[in-house]
Amino acid sequence: MLEQLVSALVTVVLGVGGCLAYFYGSNILLDRLFPASASNDMAAVRNLKIQSSVRPWLFLGPALILLTVYLIYPVFQTIWLSFHDKAGTSFVGTANYSWAFNDSQFRQSIFNNFLWLLVVPAACTFFGLVIAVLTDRIWWGGLAKSLIFLPLAISFVGASVIWKFVYDYRGEGQEQIGILNALIVWFGGDPQVWISLPFWNNFFLMVILIWIQTGFATVILGAALRGVPEDTLEAATIDGAGPFKIFWRIMVPQIMPTIIVVWTTITVLVLKVFDIVLTMTNGQWDTQVLANLMFDWMFRGGGDFGRGAAIAIVIMLAVLPIMIWNIRQANAEQKGGH
Amino acid sequence: MADIRLTDLNKSYGAIHILKDVSLDITSGEFIVFVGPSGCGKSTLLRSICGLESITSGTLEIDHAVVNEVPPSKRGIAMVFQSYALYPHMSVYENIGFALENQGLPRAEIKQKVEKVADMLQLTPYLTRLPKALSGGQRQRVAIGRAIVRGAKVFLFDEPLSNLDAALRVQTRMEIAKLKRSMPKTTMIYVTHDQVEAMTLADRIVVLQAGRVEQVGTPMELYDRPANTFVAGFIGSPKMNLITGEPAARHKAHTLGVRPEHFELSAATGEIKGMVEYTEVLGSDSFLYVATPQGLLTVREEGKTAFKPGDTVHVTPAAALVHRFGEDGKRLA
Repeated sequence: MLEQLVSALVTVVLGVGGCLAYFYGSNILLDRLFPASASNDMAAVRNLKIQSSVRPWLFLGPALILLTVYLIYPVFQTIWLSFHDKAGTSFVGTANYSWAFNDSQFRQSIFNNFLWLLVVPAACTFFGLVIAVLTDRIWWGGLAKSLIFLPLAISFVGASVIWKFVYDYRGEGQEQIGILNALIVWFGGDPQVWISLPFWNNFFLMVILIWIQTGFATVILGAALRGVPEDTLEAATIDGAGPFKIFWRIMVPQIMPTIIVVWTTITVLVLKVFDIVLTMTNGQWDTQVLANLMFDWMFRGGGDFGRGAAIAIVIMLAVLPIMIWNIRQANAEQKGGH
Repeated sequence: MADIRLTDLNKSYGAIHILKDVSLDITSGEFIVFVGPSGCGKSTLLRSICGLESITSGTLEIDHAVVNEVPPSKRGIAMVFQSYALYPHMSVYENIGFALENQGLPRAEIKQKVEKVADMLQLTPYLTRLPKALSGGQRQRVAIGRAIVRGAKVFLFDEPLSNLDAALRVQTRMEIAKLKRSMPKTTMIYVTHDQVEAMTLADRIVVLQAGRVEQVGTPMELYDRPANTFVAGFIGSPKMNLITGEPAARHKAHTLGVRPEHFELSAATGEIKGMVEYTEVLGSDSFLYVATPQGLLTVREEGKTAFKPGDTVHVTPAAALVHRFGEDGKRLA
């Protein structure tokens, strides 16, 4: 334990120190190579120009190299793998893709991912919006918001473990320790094995992500709502609009750019959903999703790099357009001075 | 069409007392201006009439019905906000038509009414634009259009000109005066801190200070017979000179109010001796700032002045035109 702490500390010190040393050292080197105090003025001006065009590359260099190694290179390697066989040795054309689109597991995953996509971002944004409005008007709103925000700090695996207890099922005759079954028994119902109820179990898993992400939506949308000019709401009151109409026709349209950013951010997250499914069901009982399917084929029983890579590319293609839209919206919002 | 009566109206936020026993009778069709320094409660008074602020005690009647608890939209009032408060995501057409939509009017009727108002305010070419694509003056007109379209009996204006530049402000001031003339039965209440706006627009001015009504009257009543030293100093530009001490005692007053244009200047003799400290020559008239034992006095002379800074001068208030105030600041007879 102590050994690990020490090594972690050393790593941090070396990392930060190394960065500082790099930026400081490379800057000094640049100054030495192209001195601004050169003998004649022409040379000094030229050196200054060189310095200012080289410096950004020098400072951005490490980040660009790391991005290339850890992001760009893997993309191309994955594309390459997806056209090759199990071991990544012989070219198989689009065989992995045609396998995928005929595979029932893959189709199931696409269907489930689609369900997640429809439900989770919409639910998070909706609850976030409603909670943001409601907590704005009550004195304990701040506390409520903090509590709703709290799950965001819990890892997906941790959250899944918590919810596993919520959905827990004990055999007939035993005491139900899962809160959901305990409540149902209390009201005189029959306990259920929630996470193995096909189709509906998808929604029980989604609840976990909604529970985690609503806090994020609440905080961002709450800040946006506070930016809505008070007098437009007063003008609408005088114009005879009721509270619901003011909310839907005056407040929501004014924060639409933020709503879209929140929505798409959660959408991207949902397309990559993995940990919750792995922890709760590992894709059993018709709850498989693309990311977990990919993991299965890549690293587990399947051990097929080609098929795993093909699934990874499908996920990437699905995420990409939403990501681009999201970034554009976020940029537009910044420019709009919202 | 709409008389407004305020009786002992009070407004407080917790321990802070904003409006103190405000009583006021406004006759239908009047143009009333609330004026006072910032923080005097004039905007709060307007917002209380409108219903955006609740009334702590006292009554507000519109057309002889107490409306203390009536929601803003049912009071028959329309308001033009300082910031215009246009809905940024709606076109000019939708901005003007929103109130009608809330009343549940049929589409065709909304269209006809909005187009009529747009025509009246020369907004027809801009109906499909968003507010951000309009100039300041056009936004102002949309805000006014939003008020007109509802056919409200009472118009409230909350410092509507303060976001415009000086030239546009004068022009819009005239347009508001014209608007009032075209709607003779509509009661208008206008809040400003600018006494020039108050003097030029108002049928009657209500001067407020620290939540109290100091005086109500026509612009000329306020100018000719200010009820106290506060109104005396607030109405008129440049400010009235308020002189205490021996020169005031000579006129049997604690404080003597003399407007800059009501002095006689002489190099040789006069009631108060002083020295010209500074002059402003504007061509049509000149202002002299005269240092005296009673403080700096402002004196207006017609045309150009013969006096220069440093000159010794005697000023004499025109006895018939002075204002005499007692120790409590109130006007003496």
